[in-house]
Amino acid sequence: MSVRPPDAPNRSRAFLAALACLALVLFLLAPAAVHAQSEHGAEDLRPLLSGLNNGRDFDKTAEGIRAIAATGNPAAAALLQSFRAGNLEVRKSDDRIVRVEKRGGETVAIDPLTGEVLGELRRRDTRRISINNNLRNLVDEVVAGMTLRADDPAIRQTAAREMLAAASADNIEPLRAALAEETDASVRQTMERALAASLLRSDASLEDKRAAMETVAALGDRQALQLLTLAASDPELSERANRLIAGVERQLAFWEVAQNVWFGISLGSVLLLAAIGLAITFGVMGVINMAHGEMVMLGAYTTFVVQETIRIHYPGLFEASLAIALPLAFCVSGLIGILIERSVIRWLYGRPLETLLATWGISLILQQAVRVLFGASNREVGNPDWMSGAFQLGGMSITYSRLSIVIFSLIVFGLLVLLLQRTAFGLQIRAVTQNRRMASTMGIRTPWTDALTFGLGSGVAGIAGVALSQIDNVSPNLGQGYIIDSFLVVVFGGVGNLWGTFVGALSLGILNKFLEPYAGAVLGKILVLVLIILFIQKRPRGLFPQKGRAAEG
Amino acid sequence: MIGILRRTAKPIALAACIAGASIGNAFAQDDSDTIKVGILHSLSGTMAISETTLKDVMLMLIEEQNEKGGLLGKKLEAVVVDPASDWPLFAEKARQLISQDKVAAVFGCWTSVSRKSVLPVFEELNGLLFYPVQYEGEESSKNIFYTGAAPNQQAIPAVDYLADQGVERWVLAGTDYVYPRTTNKILEQYLKDNGVAEEDIMINYTPFGHSDWQSIVSEIKAFGSAGKKTAVVSTINGDANVPFYKELANQGIEATDIPVVAFSVGEEELAGIDTAPLVGHLAAWNYFMSLDTPENDDFIDSWLEFIGDDDRVSNDPMEAHYIGFNMWVKAVEKAGTTDPDAVIDAMIGVAVPNLSGGYSAMMPNHHITKPVLIGEIQDDGQFGIVWETPGLVPGDAWSDYLPDSKPLISDWREPLGCGNFNTETGQCGGAS
Repeated sequence: MSVRPPDAPNRSRAFLAALACLALVLFLLAPAAVHAQSEHGAEDLRPLLSGLNNGRDFDKTAEGIRAIAATGNPAAAALLQSFRAGNLEVRKSDDRIVRVEKRGGETVAIDPLTGEVLGELRRRDTRRISINNNLRNLVDEVVAGMTLRADDPAIRQTAAREMLAAASADNIEPLRAALAEETDASVRQTMERALAASLLRSDASLEDKRAAMETVAALGDRQALQLLTLAASDPELSERANRLIAGVERQLAFWEVAQNVWFGISLGSVLLLAAIGLAITFGVMGVINMAHGEMVMLGAYTTFVVQETIRIHYPGLFEASLAIALPLAFCVSGLIGILIERSVIRWLYGRPLETLLATWGISLILQQAVRVLFGASNREVGNPDWMSGAFQLGGMSITYSRLSIVIFSLIVFGLLVLLLQRTAFGLQIRAVTQNRRMASTMGIRTPWTDALTFGLGSGVAGIAGVALSQIDNVSPNLGQGYIIDSFLVVVFGGVGNLWGTFVGALSLGILNKFLEPYAGAVLGKILVLVLIILFIQKRPRGLFPQKGRAAEG
Repeated sequence: MIGILRRTAKPIALAACIAGASIGNAFAQDDSDTIKVGILHSLSGTMAISETTLKDVMLMLIEEQNEKGGLLGKKLEAVVVDPASDWPLFAEKARQLISQDKVAAVFGCWTSVSRKSVLPVFEELNGLLFYPVQYEGEESSKNIFYTGAAPNQQAIPAVDYLADQGVERWVLAGTDYVYPRTTNKILEQYLKDNGVAEEDIMINYTPFGHSDWQSIVSEIKAFGSAGKKTAVVSTINGDANVPFYKELANQGIEATDIPVVAFSVGEEELAGIDTAPLVGHLAAWNYFMSLDTPENDDFIDSWLEFIGDDDRVSNDPMEAHYIGFNMWVKAVEKAGTTDPDAVIDAMIGVAVPNLSGGYSAMMPNHHITKPVLIGEIQDDGQFGIVWETPGLVPGDAWSDYLPDSKPLISDWREPLGCGNFNTETGQCGGAS
């Protein structure tokens, strides 16, 4: 149990007595409810329940699972699923198997068969029933068998997928029976594939296998490759099988390249997000800002605080937590940025070495401040549902979190370009950085513009922190991991050029991801660094150097 | 926000008191009413994430011992220093603790490199260090007591368990530094000795703090779809674990498909992740918070009370400090003095209760006996124990699976008194 308030023994005894009374009352009231449920025969499973609780004797538990599945009882699937989810526990007071659920702020024990609430639970009142991965697999398998003909097509689809993954000869008969009455086209397709996969694993006739090979080849994935290789060992089938294998391998090779490009774009978008704020503070203003990473970190912590507040006070808003965090993170990092500029950096313009040391010191101060305030350990920032999971695009899987970050980084970049090119504030920033004195004589309050520009760069870094909190861990060290990469991107792209940062981030991302499979992550990173050094030797001003008078500034 | 402030207020106040206390006592070095205990854990920098907890647990153990009446009729006094995750600073602070603060023993270090950096200091000044973290082995110093697991107390039983579960194909993934490299070398040899083919082993190293796991996870996915049951043995360190697990979950790799067994992921590390998608991934340790023993219940109760936060967790290195501290107390009582030589002699053979319901004993090679437990991650961030060794496993300083260290043994008792005795050449002094 995760709730662990320390309690005095006499208090807990009183509590247990109260619990016993409650249980008694419930017991007296229960029969009506139990009767209503037992029409479905769920009660028939009760004698088999104890078969699930054998401590670490998992073989015996496996027998218990099979025994429950063998009854064909409609309640069996739900029971086994809550066992698989680890929700079944043994109540120590009466050795009864209960389902544990959190309701409101309380943990309650529920009868796993009738759904009747048996009473509240406290820390150490129950003992978990041991389960391991092999048992989880077994439950998936038997539940798939039971739900292959369920009413809900989504459940049938899950069951069919499970059977496809298992590809076991035992499933041929149930699959054929289910196919005979399946009406949903997409479930049908999965079932046909599952059947084909199972046939290849069985000693079916050559005709059956031949047809199955074609169906399996259409899967075009590694499982297909593996099943076809199995079929190729049969001399009668080997010729066709080998041809199909070659086809699948071609497909896989194509998708591998596509996947690498996608990974590269996705890494590039992370680099872009991390570097884009720096492209303003370092690129436009020329401040070597070592505290840039900490601005990102502050953004991530803002997300954490927002999510914590939402979790405690407004749990319904969780899905919108990131949208709420975005403006707040921008403000928090931006204001701290302005504060840093006003208090430290403005005294150090034109002295790059001192700026470097001062901002590095600020970064250490910010890190330790966060450590003192929030603790040294990682903080949990949750993914909203719409950012969890992945979808399949041909032969590659794209995760929603990465896709959202790619789109998000493009939006941030676009807005920033618009801001710099199309607004009065952007004009002022460019004017001040290109010719400070001229801008000043035109009536621009240059110190104010400096502060706002630095605040803008820091705020954008804070926004990046919101996004990075979704893929990285939120700890005081978060920023350190990105500072070097950010500088690399800005320098490589060309200082003072937002488009350079954009192209630089994406090309570094893709280059990294293409090197990684061949050179390994460590060597890959070194190679990228060497390539950049060579490139900077050749073109000291980066990919897109500034031209004209701005270049001398 | 207020909750956070309140939660952190106590440790801060405490740290301030201790800092004050240690400064105050620097002037009273020959104060014979107290015995000083040094705590050498990073409280700032990258390792603070893991080591701060160990400092707290040491303070708790010392406080409890004082409530029991101290040691040899004297009160114990903690001297806390912050080596700030900076390896050379570890050596400096160790020197300061031994020669300036005159501590009787030091409990500290986490990373192997920090231990290697203080080792010469402890040997030179004849201090005592208790090292609480699982490590790669291949070391045995007269002045260091290794209360964490050696590879044969963690890695090898974990691989045995997985092989028993039908795993035939192995990914050894680690961060690129000494602990993963040595452990993987040992594991690779062990797997090959047990008939695993070369092409069924994939070894992958990543830099510290690696955060983009997309290609590696998809490589693992591809490696694991060759028809044989595949598992990942992870020696990935520290912060890099969170993005690794997130990527696994996102790419839909569940523990039922490809289980990951980790040697550096415990309750503390899981506190920063939503564990629902990780259910079933494994960890091998000598202790889990979920252990159902009266000793562990007591330990957790006093820990939560001490730290004043019911959401905190306990983990394996904390138990190692619990064992190490109690061993030291017992050895000092046995020797009747805190003199390092006498305590080092008295340590060997000392046995104290561990939190899994048995006794751990200090062996002549300065490693201890422990049970090995395999746990599966549950959705509440705890581990469900699925397997444990039938008895205690003695820690082996020199692995039998590396050709260079195979003939070496360590025995600090007289007459041998050697940490790396070569049984082939009959000489003390390593492989060469």
